Amino acid sequence: MNHQFLPNNEASRKEMLESIGLSSIEELFGCCIPEQVRFKGELDLPEPLSEMEARRLLTQIANVNRPASSMVSFLGGGVADHYIPAAIDHIVSRSEFYTAYTPYQAEVSQGTLQNIFEFQTLICMLTGMDVANASMYDGASALAEGVLMASATTRLDKIVISQTVNPQYRETVQTYAQATGLEVVEIPHKEGLTDVEAMGEEVDDQTAAIVFQNPNFFGQVEDPFPISELKEKGKKTLLISVVDPISLGVLVPPGDYDCDIALGEGQPLGNPVSFGGPHLGFFAATQKLVRKMPGRLIGQTKDVDGQRGFVMTLQTREQHIRRHRATSNICTNQALNALAAAAYLNLMGKEGLQEVAQHCLQKANYLKEKIAALPGYTVPFEGPSFKEFVVKANRPFTSIQEKMVDRGFLPGIHLQPYYEGMEDWFLVCVTESRTRDELDRFAAGLEGV
Amino acid sequence: MKNKDLIFEKSRPGKIGYSLPGLDVPSKNDILPEKVQRKNPAPLPEVAEGEVLRHYINLSQLNHSVDNGFYPLGSCTMKYNPKINEDVSRLPGLAGLHPYQSEEMTQGALKMMHDLEKYLCEIAGMDRLTLQPAAGAHGELTGLMLMRAYHRHRGQEQRKKIIIPDSGHGTNPASVTMVDYETVEIPSSETGCVDLEALKEVLDDQVAGLMITNPNTLGFYESNITEICRLVREAGGLLYYDGANANAIMGYSRPGDMGFDIIHYNLHKTFGTPHGGGGPGSGPVGVKDKLIPFLPCPLIEEEDGQYFFDYDRPQSIGRVRSFFGNFGVLIKAYTYIRMMGAQGLKQVSEDAVLNANYIMENLADTYYLKYHRNCMHEFVLSGKKQKDEHGVTTTDIVKNLLDHGIHPPTVYFPLIVEEAMMIEPTETESKETLDRFIEVMEEIAKMAEEDPEKLKGAPYTTPVRRLDEAGAARNPILKWEPEQ
Repeated sequence: MNHQFLPNNEASRKEMLESIGLSSIEELFGCCIPEQVRFKGELDLPEPLSEMEARRLLTQIANVNRPASSMVSFLGGGVADHYIPAAIDHIVSRSEFYTAYTPYQAEVSQGTLQNIFEFQTLICMLTGMDVANASMYDGASALAEGVLMASATTRLDKIVISQTVNPQYRETVQTYAQATGLEVVEIPHKEGLTDVEAMGEEVDDQTAAIVFQNPNFFGQVEDPFPISELKEKGKKTLLISVVDPISLGVLVPPGDYDCDIALGEGQPLGNPVSFGGPHLGFFAATQKLVRKMPGRLIGQTKDVDGQRGFVMTLQTREQHIRRHRATSNICTNQALNALAAAAYLNLMGKEGLQEVAQHCLQKANYLKEKIAALPGYTVPFEGPSFKEFVVKANRPFTSIQEKMVDRGFLPGIHLQPYYEGMEDWFLVCVTESRTRDELDRFAAGLEGV
Repeated sequence: MKNKDLIFEKSRPGKIGYSLPGLDVPSKNDILPEKVQRKNPAPLPEVAEGEVLRHYINLSQLNHSVDNGFYPLGSCTMKYNPKINEDVSRLPGLAGLHPYQSEEMTQGALKMMHDLEKYLCEIAGMDRLTLQPAAGAHGELTGLMLMRAYHRHRGQEQRKKIIIPDSGHGTNPASVTMVDYETVEIPSSETGCVDLEALKEVLDDQVAGLMITNPNTLGFYESNITEICRLVREAGGLLYYDGANANAIMGYSRPGDMGFDIIHYNLHKTFGTPHGGGGPGSGPVGVKDKLIPFLPCPLIEEEDGQYFFDYDRPQSIGRVRSFFGNFGVLIKAYTYIRMMGAQGLKQVSEDAVLNANYIMENLADTYYLKYHRNCMHEFVLSGKKQKDEHGVTTTDIVKNLLDHGIHPPTVYFPLIVEEAMMIEPTETESKETLDRFIEVMEEIAKMAEEDPEKLKGAPYTTPVRRLDEAGAARNPILKWEPEQ
């Protein structure tokens, strides 16, 4: 058969078969695959489509959906519709980037390698940490890897984690922990913040890591300093901080509060929401932990002519060298998503990141105050919040949601599935993409439903 | 002349590469207490948009990629990535979906994922499948967690041994360690397949399962696969199929029919989604009936034409990441399968296997071939002859390919072949490209004879030449720092 993705025609197939002394493709497969495991029938798949039909089909599928991007969205929870500068898609659409693989051959992979080296640098600048890796699958799995790394480094098995950490991240940590026999202790929140006192009671000389998130899942800004001080209650305890990269335009970076591992979801940096993936996790640590890091690390070196170049380095940590003694099984990163993130940080630059963060902060707090003043709604958690905040209604959220969706708004994330007793509570996210007009109409809408 | 300066070296104070509307709400400066505020702004680069673009376009031109040249990297399946897939994955009705939107608003996406699960199960001969894992290695980890949950459920927690042939991928043993299991490696036989006697010796009531790639990394279909599966099953172990090499067998053989209980696919290998310079990939995991209860949450179900996420799965291992999977990648794999159909996928495997055999036969006299019999989609050639006779290594040989615009094969893997070069042409290369490759490989062999010193100096024409990797590891420079 001829197909647009298959460059060999019948004539060249025949010629190749002849040249290797075979009469048919059947003969080739016949001598390789034992008869009893040969699949005899035809796979039950839909008839093949032409490109035009495929485009039509996918457009139909897309049209069945009602995407957040066509509405006024207040959905966050770690994935948010920050504005993506036009230049980014043009950069990630370069097929020299997206049709390459892991840079095994450094001489012809300098584009990918230099970009990752720059990405590592940008993440260090953002977090104030010493070293960053080439990226992980997403924020949740980055945290799971961080927890494993803390356990491996300290040779301790107890993880103390605040319940203000993103519920999906905690679920992922639980999944990994179950498989490795780690003990995970979750500390219930106290009025929307990490209960530092209760956390302190759990930290002991068996504690590998303390985990908190800032801003936390409720959008509340934590005071990281007393949490960091809890490390002293343990022996070798490390502090893992989950951070929103955009918030680091205004919030104190992990490097300033003696954090050991800083990580998070990189989607807000130039990546589309895309129904939850592909995104990227970023992962940074202190210098002394570098040889325990999971994932790829790119280092600077020189070629035989003395020219600067970049290579994958410290590979003795990795699976293809150390096999079962590797620090992790991770062998890919999210290079293309990291490319978008790096391009975003470069375009926004020193000024832009602060400005975006300010816009989020100011707009979210403007809306928070407006909603707090509405009859039937309260803002239950006191204290500062960044771009998200929790609202409690005096009636079921599901009915509010239904009516708001009819008016073109996605009002937020229902908290009930994740936290007990929050039936009428929801999490509202405001990015720089929302206008004052949208915020005013949203508040008016809430009042009316 | 290309400027290879780092973006940080191009930064000048006051330049900007963005624009934002003015802040249209009143600005308050008392929202954040001072102690939680950032004292010094992140020293991000200050560059204009055009400079950023030029920076990246210049960087892109330093890369080899499938779109600019042959990429026969064994076990990585560097096939052509159809452009329609890029277009459709960017449709606002797909890329603009927020993962916290309701099922009602995302029916198209759910149906697509539900159908993709069905297609992948059909191709693999499995019963259900999770789309959640983000990559092949993530799929392996998920599969091993499923094994653990299964044995635990049956009160067989003592089962901790995973048998892996010595030709297996490095991720296999690394994944095993991550679930606190123990790897037991077994040697390959003289034919390059699993040695049944060696397998029997390690089978006991401590065995949790066997992980195997079929065709294996030598490119051979395991001739005793049904016997292997039977033996492991009789010992109470589960069978894990590493789908890295699935491109060889579509429509010809199904892991489920071979006797496997768990399989992961690499959508970025077999189903034509781009490798992205090392990600994002996607590593769905399929299972047989008895393992369905343990699959990660959620699964997608259908009732009366309505699709929904099922979170009510008490025996599930939980989730292995946020949300539902690398959705953008799933769209591309779905579109690929829809454009190929059953016949097309079968043709893919036929062409992939024929292409590999064609190169192998044509280079069998020039280079040492440890196992000379028909291979499937890839084969392992060796630079041993050149090393013994002319003192050049496989590294020297493949670095010369770079000067011909060809990406080297996977080298020094599998570990059981000395000076290994693992070659996987894929089905998306024409006979003309293969002929050119063969010709270049012959030229290089000739050069090894005539001018080994020149050969050892390659590459000569690449953006940088051989790099000091040892120095990079000895004195790691992992980020740019401003000069003091």
